[in-house]
Amino acid sequence: MSTMNFHLRLWKQKSASDQGKFIEIHATEIPSECSFLEMLDIVNNRLTKEGKEPVSFASDCREGICGTCHMVINGVPQGPGRGAACQVYMRKFTNGQTITVEPFRAGAFPIVKDLVVNRSAYDRIIRSGGFITEHTGGAPDASAILIPKPVADAAMDAAACIGCGACAAACPNSSAMLFVGAKVTHLGLLPQGQGERKKRARSMVRTMQEEGFGNCSNYYACEAVCPAGVKADVISMLNREYVRGELSVAVGAID
Amino acid sequence: MILDAKIPEGPLEKKWTSFKNNAKLISPANKRKFKVIVVGTGLAGSSASATLAELGYQVETFCFHDSPRRAHSIAAQGGINAAKNYQNDGDSIWRLFYDTIKGGDFRAREANVYRLAEVSGNIIDQCVSQGVPFAREYGGQLTNRSFGGAQVSRTFYAKGQTGQQLLLGAYSALSAQIGLGRVTMRENSEMLDLVLVDGHAKGIVTRNLITGEISTHAADTVLLCTGGYSNVYYLSTNARGSNVTATWRAHKRGAAFANPCYTQIHPTCIPVAGDYQSKLTLMSESLRNDGRVWVPKKKGDTRLPQDIPEEERDYYLERKYPSYGNLAPRDIASRSAKEVCDEGRGVGPGGLGVYLDFSAAIARLGEKTIRERYGNLFEMYGNITGESAYERPMRIYPAVHYTMGGLWVDYNLMSTIPGLHVLGEANFSDHGANRLGASALMQGLSDGYFVIPNTLGEYLSTQFGKKVSTDMPEFKKTEEEVRARVEKLLAVKGTVPVDEFHRELGLIIWNECGMARSESGLKKAIADVRALRERFWKEVAIPGTGTELNQSLERAGRVADFLEFGELMCIDALTREESCGGHFRVEHQTADGEALRHDDKFAEVYAWMFQGEGNDPKLVREELKYEAVHLATRSYK
Ligand SMILES: Cc1cc2nc3c(=O)[nH]c(=O)nc-3n(C[C@H](O)[C@H](O)[C@H](O)COP(=O)(O)OP(=O)(O)OC[C@H]3O[C@@H](n4cnc5c(N)ncnc54)[C@H](O)[C@@H]3O)c2cc1C
Ligand code: SF4
Ligand code: FES
Repeated sequence: MSTMNFHLRLWKQKSASDQGKFIEIHATEIPSECSFLEMLDIVNNRLTKEGKEPVSFASDCREGICGTCHMVINGVPQGPGRGAACQVYMRKFTNGQTITVEPFRAGAFPIVKDLVVNRSAYDRIIRSGGFITEHTGGAPDASAILIPKPVADAAMDAAACIGCGACAAACPNSSAMLFVGAKVTHLGLLPQGQGERKKRARSMVRTMQEEGFGNCSNYYACEAVCPAGVKADVISMLNREYVRGELSVAVGAID
Repeated sequence: MILDAKIPEGPLEKKWTSFKNNAKLISPANKRKFKVIVVGTGLAGSSASATLAELGYQVETFCFHDSPRRAHSIAAQGGINAAKNYQNDGDSIWRLFYDTIKGGDFRAREANVYRLAEVSGNIIDQCVSQGVPFAREYGGQLTNRSFGGAQVSRTFYAKGQTGQQLLLGAYSALSAQIGLGRVTMRENSEMLDLVLVDGHAKGIVTRNLITGEISTHAADTVLLCTGGYSNVYYLSTNARGSNVTATWRAHKRGAAFANPCYTQIHPTCIPVAGDYQSKLTLMSESLRNDGRVWVPKKKGDTRLPQDIPEEERDYYLERKYPSYGNLAPRDIASRSAKEVCDEGRGVGPGGLGVYLDFSAAIARLGEKTIRERYGNLFEMYGNITGESAYERPMRIYPAVHYTMGGLWVDYNLMSTIPGLHVLGEANFSDHGANRLGASALMQGLSDGYFVIPNTLGEYLSTQFGKKVSTDMPEFKKTEEEVRARVEKLLAVKGTVPVDEFHRELGLIIWNECGMARSESGLKKAIADVRALRERFWKEVAIPGTGTELNQSLERAGRVADFLEFGELMCIDALTREESCGGHFRVEHQTADGEALRHDDKFAEVYAWMFQGEGNDPKLVREELKYEAVHLATRSYK
């Protein structure tokens, strides 16, 4: 099996309040077939053997679905190619290349340590309205609601969001509109989601702003990095839903 | 000790209804007074947390992930079973029940499995109403696909992301309850021990993975929904963080561990490519709906697949199991793959692979349809291997995927520790010696949405006026023990990274307690695991401190538990002198190499009790009584 060498610049930062800095590492004899995170594993195990502290980074499923991994590779949140950082393979790089790895940079995602940031703001946005209220046990038969395939498919495309935070990390305004739009679109397209439709967009956007995320000014950097392929159309849908919500409040249709 | 499964009286089809009619109820006013700790936010934990909070209980939920939505359930690809019979192809609750019992090689409890089949339809209703975007026909009806071990199409799916969509459904229900203040959610919190008061489970000790803070939490009952232990093999299709710690710690406090040797090796995964590899990737079983499995007839055939003519290919599953063909159950499909590779007919590097070929399906249905059905899987495959499965067959090989064993529970999902309930993959319950595809998601949600809300009252109704608090000495003592253990790990100050021990453990278990097991191999494995454990406690390197995010420390704690647990697995495999489902003892096979059960001796659950450090575990048995089905030799021919 062939191997490759890289010049790595990895971000080290003890905690949110500490100053961070890059450390430089010559990563030699990296199997060319391994993934980016496996390369970091190798580097970390070597550091450990030398009695040094490894670089903290988050990962779990390592197949692009859980949204745990998050880092900026050579300036791109979640790295080159489609998919999350765990789906980047070393064969995408050239032998001897310098690779810079940094944490997501967005005010609403404070740094925990090294490459790990705190993305709990996204959970709080969901808690403010990213659901259909349906208590267990009261559901009608699943076949009672017919949903044409194109509608179901479009809802599924929006629902594919893995909650990774790359959209806000890529956005010059640190906007979370792609994430919020994805959920509002998923639920708003389905007949089951109509009841809370107007309230949903309003309260999720309000929470988004309270958490310190900015607004969208149509850079579309989010769409370009989204590992789940969520399209920027969801932002237009979100804007429409939001306006409808505001109008309903104005005429007293919802509180 | 006698294991009382508390199976309700009456005919099989009436048991669950009669249970519910007679169950102990807790009034709404009293529900508010009871506190429930839920550990885990996968399908089981999220659905239980949300439902119990809706009912009015005070719920405190923990997970080690940074968000409840990242639990390993999110990675399930293929689908979820339900006996809806929307396809009108002859499905029924009975058939789903029977397929599951048979698929499990007659080693599961009838009453539990029947209940599972019975509530399966409600799960789909619940998920649809939450907004889970299941695949649909053009007219808007729900569509289904087939999974292994079944001759009907009863599997509901959302592209190749069924687990993600089901979990996001449960997570949204949980999020709504958190938003309302009815669930207190504690992320980044790893349970490191269980607290017992007068022999009852009344709390847990956790370590905050970000700050290192160790703390205790009290409740009236504890629900473990912490998933399976596949990562004892190091390489598996499970997420890297999946571990045995919660159930193992509970075991050491008195919970019986049932059938630990029942593990599932999934036939269709991307083969191992090198020792740098950190995990294996599943290629969903749904692919076997349209893919055909084959190897060359000739040994050591190095021609490219497209150069091997039809008549020189061995479609061995279709040949050996004509009625189920490529959809033979997992244990059988995996063992067959191992057989042909052992014969020297495997393909790809090291000869450890077989082909999964879509060319016939592409010719029949067109590439567009195949892309629509499996696009994301093909993309994943291409990304990892650099090959396109539209142009040449996939190479696949079996990998560890799921664990049927787990903490023993009765019909109410309570373990041998009063007050400790266990849900989802963490319990041993419904799948016997082999799980059928698309039934783990069903079980996790059944346990959380429909079973525990009805069975919890049996325990809680005995607990009025028995409040505990973290000031009690039992909490302080357990907390001190956890603290000492963390410090002991940090004090080793060795030079060998945790991963190296984990990988070595994985190899031992894979070689001797994997697809084929033998007496001599298992004995050797037990000795090897013990030796490795000793080395671990002398040589493991854990840089950094305990008061910060320290991933080496996290992993070391989990691997330390796997090093103890691995031994129990091998002991169980050694004691079960028969072959059944995923447990294949080479000494016990039929003339044509199929698993040979010994029902006269082994139609039993093996539950192991911890007897103190250094002592052999004690075996307790639960006899499996088959009243509705006939113990038959499993045949898929
Ligand atoms: C790749 C893959 C594909 C699969 N596809 C399918 C499929 O198509 N159909 C199907 O039916 N099944 C499938 N399965 C199986 C199925 O996904 C799992 O069995 C099921 O999701 C387990 O759910 P769970 O809720 O029991 O546990 P998990 O989802 O594993 O959740 C465990 C939870 O416990 C928490 N936890 C664990 N330990 C601790 C601790 N010590 N302290 C605090 N928290 C803890 C974790 O944070 C997590 O929240 C698949 C499995 C894999 C690996
Ligand atoms: S929308 Fe895309 S980039 Fe944003 S959180 Fe979801 S998956 Fe990540
Ligand atoms: S580790 Fe799960 S998406 Fe990357």
